[in-house]
Amino acid sequence: MDMNPSERLNATFFALADPTRRAILARLADGEASVVELTRPFGISQPAISKHLKVLENAGLISRGRDQQRRPGKLEAKPLGEVADWLEKYRQYWDLNYRRLDILLDELQSLEKKTKSKKR
Amino acid sequence: MNKLTITAGDNNDLIMTRSFDAPRDLVFKAFTTPELIKRWLFGPPGWEMTECAIDLRVGGKYRYAWSNIDGSSMGMGGEYREINKPEKIVSTEKFDQAWYEGEAIGTLTLTEANGKTTAVTKVQYGSKETRDNVLKSPMESGVAAGYDRLEEVLASL
Repeated sequence: MDMNPSERLNATFFALADPTRRAILARLADGEASVVELTRPFGISQPAISKHLKVLENAGLISRGRDQQRRPGKLEAKPLGEVADWLEKYRQYWDLNYRRLDILLDELQSLEKKTKSKKR
Repeated sequence: MNKLTITAGDNNDLIMTRSFDAPRDLVFKAFTTPELIKRWLFGPPGWEMTECAIDLRVGGKYRYAWSNIDGSSMGMGGEYREINKPEKIVSTEKFDQAWYEGEAIGTLTLTEANGKTTAVTKVQYGSKETRDNVLKSPMESGVAAGYDRLEEVLASL
């Protein structure tokens, strides 16, 4: 079943929300690695690593090699690119709004000062 | 210039943090007064805010709408779940053309220190059911491309 873009983004965000999974992705950015190879640096069990890899694979963030024994994980860049694009647009949008809010807050503060000095 | 940061949280949520050079009471006012909101909460470039209604009490509703110069419009709204003036507001939010299922829950937290106010906006998208369904469905695998943006993305999380 194909996911629509927002579902895909949800799955990607969920996969990225876990620090161990992010560390696994960072490790895979240096090259493919098998479950056994990933188990060593992270100090967690093979089943736990396999579970994390499954979430990453479901989100399309990694693919698994065909070698039945090793099934090395390999990073797939497209979903991360989509997250980056989306986050960037979101950031730009809020950045503009908040810059306007800065100006408004300045204005309100100088108005308050004026009102106070008038009262005195 | 105060910097805006956006991070992905542990619960399918997005967290935005931004500081303002103003006391908390004033920032709270700017976030909850329609006449003030209209002056800063614009849509993307080319959009203007056409509707801003707020009933600031628990169970009260709010509605925001924007129009584009080409005539198209978008809107969103929801209900207040928790209000703790001037520190915290929890509300539901849903866009008219929602690109996610169900309602999102937004939490605005304002803290003041040394005359500066930090606004943390947390938006939690989708229900647990939606998320679990998403996780159960297999998906098309991405096409391998450059890893140039990976560091940037991971650093921003």
